[in-house]
Amino acid sequence: MSPRFPRLTSERTSLATAGAHAAVATSLKKRPGSDTVKGQIFFALLLFAVAIAMLALAAVILQNAIKGSSAFGTHLITDGPSTIFPEKAGFRPAIIGSLYLMAGVILFVVPIGVGAAVYLEEYADGTRWWNKLIELNIQNLAAVPSIIYGILGLAFIVRGPLDLGFVALAGALTLSLLVLPTVIIAAREAIRAVPPSIREGSLALGATQWQTIRRQVLPASVPGIATGVILAISRALGEAAPLLLVGAATFVTFDPQPLSGGYSALPTQIFNYALRPQDEFKVVAAAGVVLMLIVLLMMNSFAIWLRNRYEQQW
Amino acid sequence: MEARDATATGELGRMDPARPLVAARPRYGEKIIQGLLAACALISVITTTVIVISLLSPTLDFFGEVGIGKFFSLDEWAPTQAEPTFGALRLVIGTLSATLWALLFAVPIGLLSGIYLSEYARPRVRKTVKPVLEVLAGIPTVALGLFAITFISPEIQGIFPDAVKSPPFFVLAAGLGIGLLIVPIIASLSDDAMRAVPGGLREGAYGLGADKLKVATRVVFPAAISGIVASIVLAASRAIGETMIVLLAAGANPNASFNPFESVLTMTASIARVATGDIGTGTITYDTIFAVGSLLFVMTLGMNAIAMRLVRRFREVYE
Repeated sequence: MSPRFPRLTSERTSLATAGAHAAVATSLKKRPGSDTVKGQIFFALLLFAVAIAMLALAAVILQNAIKGSSAFGTHLITDGPSTIFPEKAGFRPAIIGSLYLMAGVILFVVPIGVGAAVYLEEYADGTRWWNKLIELNIQNLAAVPSIIYGILGLAFIVRGPLDLGFVALAGALTLSLLVLPTVIIAAREAIRAVPPSIREGSLALGATQWQTIRRQVLPASVPGIATGVILAISRALGEAAPLLLVGAATFVTFDPQPLSGGYSALPTQIFNYALRPQDEFKVVAAAGVVLMLIVLLMMNSFAIWLRNRYEQQW
Repeated sequence: MEARDATATGELGRMDPARPLVAARPRYGEKIIQGLLAACALISVITTTVIVISLLSPTLDFFGEVGIGKFFSLDEWAPTQAEPTFGALRLVIGTLSATLWALLFAVPIGLLSGIYLSEYARPRVRKTVKPVLEVLAGIPTVALGLFAITFISPEIQGIFPDAVKSPPFFVLAAGLGIGLLIVPIIASLSDDAMRAVPGGLREGAYGLGADKLKVATRVVFPAAISGIVASIVLAASRAIGETMIVLLAAGANPNASFNPFESVLTMTASIARVATGDIGTGTITYDTIFAVGSLLFVMTLGMNAIAMRLVRRFREVYE
């Protein structure tokens, strides 16, 4: 109010208006009693559920770390498996086998997955039935149980038309098919995030469609694609079920070769130790899990760092 | 692409008819590259075809010898006996039992977490909780299986000392292990479904005097129900196809029972056990891999189709 006018309201009316204001405000703020209590209980329930989920995660990691702690040591990495001496049992051939598998998966999955994603995002006419078929296929494949891929690998890659035998390459091919849908879906997402104006600018300057893709779209989407690939590979690293069918269950004491002879992988070797009835071997298995979780955590953190570092605002 | 070229020649061509903007010669390189990329995309279709082929022919061989009626029966599952019987319904019931216990644990926890993430959590809390849950989804299943056998199983046996028939293996331990695996799936997908509910619905409900509890449970949750059901169906399909946890923790007795303390043999575990055992290729026992695999493939495919249909319906409502 401007100072020219004296205060017209008396002390009593101002008190009354303040009282009325406060009464209205509190009555508006107040919720029906029963709902507030119910709401509080529900909120507590929600927090309880989230806490259980988070605690479960902590429990899996901690329990394995505590159980495996007595087996930690360099022998885990340098020694081969043992059936008799749990204190000497290690993961050396399994780690080497897993490295071969990872390398194979990267080699197959990156070009094919990115190629498929580029085709679906940049070339394919989504209204055509064959392109719809491909999309439907990828969605379905992403949800096929991993052991079915093991059957495919067994019938088609290990035996049958490709007839590779139980070698690391067969395992790598099987895992590649398993993670291919994940890579395609992630790469498509990354390519879709590049705004159309970039493409239009490039095309307007006279670049062909492939030149536009190679020099503009792909470079801009590399961080997104790399994130998807790393996450897919970390899934392949932890996957054991299909490998049981394509030969990685074999007990390997020597360093495996990529193209000949038996091989094993980290998760199947852990499974092998975990199956034994003696608790000492379960300790070794737990130590192996910790080893695997450390590698996975590093890969996932790298993926998150990559995403945050190169996240581009257009 | 074609449409763009047409307008370019149409409009600019008129101004300068000497230099049309279409390429002077056909670009074969571009076509070859497009063909190669299309071939990459075709690999997914080929994968599906190969899965069907590699499952189908041994399955037909198997049914030729055993008969469909004998397969879908409650006969003993004894493929390695001298006179083998193949009552695959026992495997199906074992699988459903493990899935049931997993869902009984994971559906409440997952849905409540989803509601928390979508309706209650502040953005900063959400940004930490969701990735942590996704880490839980990324833990290798063999690690969860080991956790089930070395932690969950002894703990439950401590609570119910005499209930477990063939310790340390029983289906509840495996089910809870699978439950840990699918909690993040349900939480994350149902969170997505509920966040897709338009804000106007929430504001309308608040405007009518509803409190947060009513908005979350009577407005947002029903509006997102098809997406929520889809998340549960997808989680169930994941549970049915899970191998390592049941292989480690559920034992190997093909009991046709939903008793949580009984040991069961699931479809996936039976496939893995036959494949890793010393069983000759081409024998009828070996072919059970493919027959049971076909059954598993059809079941998960059906569930995924249901989930996808639900998600599509749910999308049509708001877009």
